[in-house]
Amino acid sequence: MNVKCLIIGAGISGVSIAYHLAKEGMTGIHVVDKGYFTSGATGRCGAGVRTQWANEMNCMLALKSIEFFEDAKTILGYEGNLEFKQEGYLILASDQEEHDQFTKNVKLQNSLGIPSKQLTKEEALEIVPHLNPDSFYSATFCQKDGHLNPFKMTEAFYLAAKRLGVTFSFHEEVTSIETENKEIKRVHTTKNTYETNMVVNAAGGYAREIGLMAGVDIPVYSENHEILATEPVEKMQGPMVMSFTKNIYCQQVPHGAFIMGRSEPNTPKGHNIESSWQFLDRMSKTVMDIMPKVGELRVVRQWGGSYNMSPDRQPILGDTEDCQGFYIACGFSGHGFMLAPMTGLLLSEIIFGKKTSMDMNMLHINRFKNMTHIKQEKSVV
Amino acid sequence: MKKESVIMCRCEDVTLKQIHDLMDQGYTSYEDLKRLLRVGMGPCQGNTCGHLIQRELANYLKLPIDQVPVHKVRPLVMGVPLKKIAEGDDNER
Repeated sequence: MNVKCLIIGAGISGVSIAYHLAKEGMTGIHVVDKGYFTSGATGRCGAGVRTQWANEMNCMLALKSIEFFEDAKTILGYEGNLEFKQEGYLILASDQEEHDQFTKNVKLQNSLGIPSKQLTKEEALEIVPHLNPDSFYSATFCQKDGHLNPFKMTEAFYLAAKRLGVTFSFHEEVTSIETENKEIKRVHTTKNTYETNMVVNAAGGYAREIGLMAGVDIPVYSENHEILATEPVEKMQGPMVMSFTKNIYCQQVPHGAFIMGRSEPNTPKGHNIESSWQFLDRMSKTVMDIMPKVGELRVVRQWGGSYNMSPDRQPILGDTEDCQGFYIACGFSGHGFMLAPMTGLLLSEIIFGKKTSMDMNMLHINRFKNMTHIKQEKSVV
Repeated sequence: MKKESVIMCRCEDVTLKQIHDLMDQGYTSYEDLKRLLRVGMGPCQGNTCGHLIQRELANYLKLPIDQVPVHKVRPLVMGVPLKKIAEGDDNER
């Protein structure tokens, strides 16, 4: 089967890339996914979208992506409900040191047009009255941030891409990629062989394995991050509440359930996505510390999903010298969902050889070559 | 009885018509339906709708029912307040 472009992975990044390429007129785009619809990291994510980051690149990717989400329903002609709500992220500082870091973050964010602000404890309590006032020092807030349904957002891109002629197949796993003189020649899957000169690696948790098939050593690994959901209740919390030092993010989704996640220390690298009692135990204690009222709610379900971690916790986007026709969109380190509109736009600009909307050097895989000191994005859970 | 009057998932009020409409759009596994309709995400965690939907899928796909997977069973078996977990409640009855 001949295709112009084979996209590996039908998660949010893959469908966004497919949509943006098709919108610019590319034909012959096919997307394969090894599982069912949103079976990977996208369908397991925390459903949050935010602009409050500590470095300029992430701020800009996030801001432009949220601007897309604001009009996504119209742009993509989606009939369903994306469950997009902009009731903000309230990010808690635990002490003076974190407060001072947030002062810098807000200054950076404001300089880029992000309307975040630093709040006193009292101001934060006005927004989320059930916070334990003894559990934090101050906070930051940005109204633009909020919630978006990952399944619905993915479906919106997916249906729009299909209308533009993109084809999809699920339950089809890539088994090998053939190259000649560092150029893509064909791709073998469990069901087909594709003759193509262009492959996009949007394989999420499996991006490293796909890279290696094409002879490209992408410095990423996957690790399990867990989430739980409670029973739905009447609305009691507007924003996502987040703390980097206490290691929690927690929001009430429009449906009424609370969902919350945290990172477990010393999580082994790999593809495990099971649920653990250790997570449940630590999560419940963290909730009881910062929002005891939420602790009254019953947990109905927990699950895990892969973060695809890059050395500096920022995405890897672009082409590579190691294989012509091979394009990379991975290493999102837990925030690929909220950045997806820009992922699609930027990668389509690169593939078409256009001037990119942002300077891509800091996202290109080459940034890790000869890098002696890696500065990691700090605003992550 | 009209399809829109048949409730398949009582937790999330999902009707037979909604299930059939999505199957017609190509979403022909329980996991697909779960992500778009929330079946199996409510308090009963699919204990009510799981086998009903499995049968609908089997009929639609013309497969023996044992070849149609039900949803992934996730913890917890029943809803437990976070507070009880945090405090290590040992009030066994």
